[in-house]
Amino acid sequence: MASTPKPEELAKISYNPPERDWMDTKPQFRSGTWCYASKPDSLKSLGLPNPRKWSPSDEDWKLPENWKEIIFEGLRERLHKFRSLRLFMDICVRCGACADKCHFYLGTGDPKNMPVLRAELLRSVYRKDFTMAGKILGKFAGARELTEDVIKEWFYYFFQCTECRRCSLFCPYGIDTAEITIIGRELLNLIGCNIDWITSPAANCYRTGNHLGIQPHALVDMIDFCVDDIKEVTGIKIEPTINRKGAEILFIAPSGDVFADPGTYTMMGYLMLFHELGLDYTLSTYASEGGNFGLFNSHEMMKRLNSKMYAEAERLGAKWILGGECGHMWRVIHQYMDTMNGPAGFMEQPVSPVTGTRFENAKSTKMVHITEFTSDLIKHNAIKLDSSRNDQLRVTFHDSCNVSRAMGLIEEPRYILNHVCNNFFEMPENTIKEETFCCGSGSGLNTDEFMEMRMAGGLPRANAVRHVHDKHGVNLLSCICAIDRAVLPSLMDYWVPGVAVSGVHELVGNALVMRGEKERTLDLRMQSFE
Amino acid sequence: MSFEIDGKVFEVDEDGFIVEPDLWNEAVAAYLAKTEEVEELTEDHWKVVNYLRNYYFEYGIAPMVRKLCKDTGYPLKDIYELFPSGPAKGACKIAGLPKPTGCV
Repeated sequence: MASTPKPEELAKISYNPPERDWMDTKPQFRSGTWCYASKPDSLKSLGLPNPRKWSPSDEDWKLPENWKEIIFEGLRERLHKFRSLRLFMDICVRCGACADKCHFYLGTGDPKNMPVLRAELLRSVYRKDFTMAGKILGKFAGARELTEDVIKEWFYYFFQCTECRRCSLFCPYGIDTAEITIIGRELLNLIGCNIDWITSPAANCYRTGNHLGIQPHALVDMIDFCVDDIKEVTGIKIEPTINRKGAEILFIAPSGDVFADPGTYTMMGYLMLFHELGLDYTLSTYASEGGNFGLFNSHEMMKRLNSKMYAEAERLGAKWILGGECGHMWRVIHQYMDTMNGPAGFMEQPVSPVTGTRFENAKSTKMVHITEFTSDLIKHNAIKLDSSRNDQLRVTFHDSCNVSRAMGLIEEPRYILNHVCNNFFEMPENTIKEETFCCGSGSGLNTDEFMEMRMAGGLPRANAVRHVHDKHGVNLLSCICAIDRAVLPSLMDYWVPGVAVSGVHELVGNALVMRGEKERTLDLRMQSFE
Repeated sequence: MSFEIDGKVFEVDEDGFIVEPDLWNEAVAAYLAKTEEVEELTEDHWKVVNYLRNYYFEYGIAPMVRKLCKDTGYPLKDIYELFPSGPAKGACKIAGLPKPTGCV
């Protein structure tokens, strides 16, 4: 693994375009800017094509003999299946409104990270073989031949886009570049050009129920650990149930919250809240993953992994599903789940058993976001909070792209934060809510060999944090996504040392006054409240 | 990629994690330790390595970092002193465990 350049080096960004035309400029596969190739075993367990040992830094990518045919057929099929794709291929006028909205372009200065040009990588091939102008005029109409070099360029840039959709917000035509990246990745997938950090979690999820490959007895062990720590902090022994038939609510969190810090503190927060409410809920070892790395692979893989949620809810007889603080999980639920694996007629429209609130927005999916659930509790004074327990923290909030932009969930986490802590500060307006800047590591790019690009792509987000850190002394970046919780600590250590990262429900857990609790002196990280 | 000890070949991934945890032995640990800035494996190192291996064989995954600290009695900063690249990339690699993937 290459060592990452120092911040002062990485901050020297050149926005001068290369001397040669973009079609004649090839990407340099320099360590730190690309992710490792999928392992053959993971491809095999998912039944995906062309499992082999290879590396993107190799000259020979060992493509199948008829790879060109496969790509053309794949593109033809998708142009037919997704009218949005055909539209996105045809209507771009190259106005450039998207160009400086991408965190990877801002952080690297590489023109092919301008969303318009990233899309052009695919569009040029589309023009050559699917439009009359391109067929006749070729390069003059912006068309080009599909070659192995084009495949390499696709791989390089489609796995440098985090599908965050910030660019699409500014496109006057509403072109969703994330969907172009999604299709680009699907096509690459057809010839076995995918990255291990996506296929191995997807394979794990398929085999064991979650990305990390946590088996049922290990999940129990991890939950037990959280239970012990909660006892130490509050004096209360809680008893979560797992795989319990007949529970009213099935709760599904990202597996990162079960396994990895600081997500585990958020897991403790969920469990404490549910205990205090006396909620009739269960966790599951089969549907033990909120996230869906299948989304970063193909529509089919997304559907396959997502189907576990409804299948498990039906098996257990749950009335509705409560979902944890996960980012892309909610994009899948909000934009695809209902038509893909629904309708889930065996469940009921979610109703909070505590406040009686009927979640109209969840009528079709039967899934409620934990921040909707908790903000509703707070609004109805259904829980007692001592926000002074978070007084040592000066908090800001990073809107996770998939939850804010893809789902429109903006106010609920802020409502909660404003009730569980007394020092909350917003980052500048054009870096939050719908216009939030990506963490730089989303869509399965949160792997360490990609660190240089992660730090470059995360720079716009980090800059905004630095602003509130300098101005208001912010020392905690809260968020509602497990990839965020996994990657933002490195981003902060790199660009804004002194800022920690947490989930929102960790802060809820700190502030929650529980019946029968001992005098609380420690926060969930076992640090003194002082 | 691979390395060889006493005529036996051990395959490793791009980051130097051994591909087959079952083939691990103490000599492999000593070899991997040198790649992770650990010159010599002391009793403290072995306590962590053995704990990780036992947990892995029982549960099929590395333990939560906090559990590792609690059960071995070493606070995280001590783990970093023992294994400069940390519990996952340092200690787990030396113990022959696979790299965790996902939202970590």
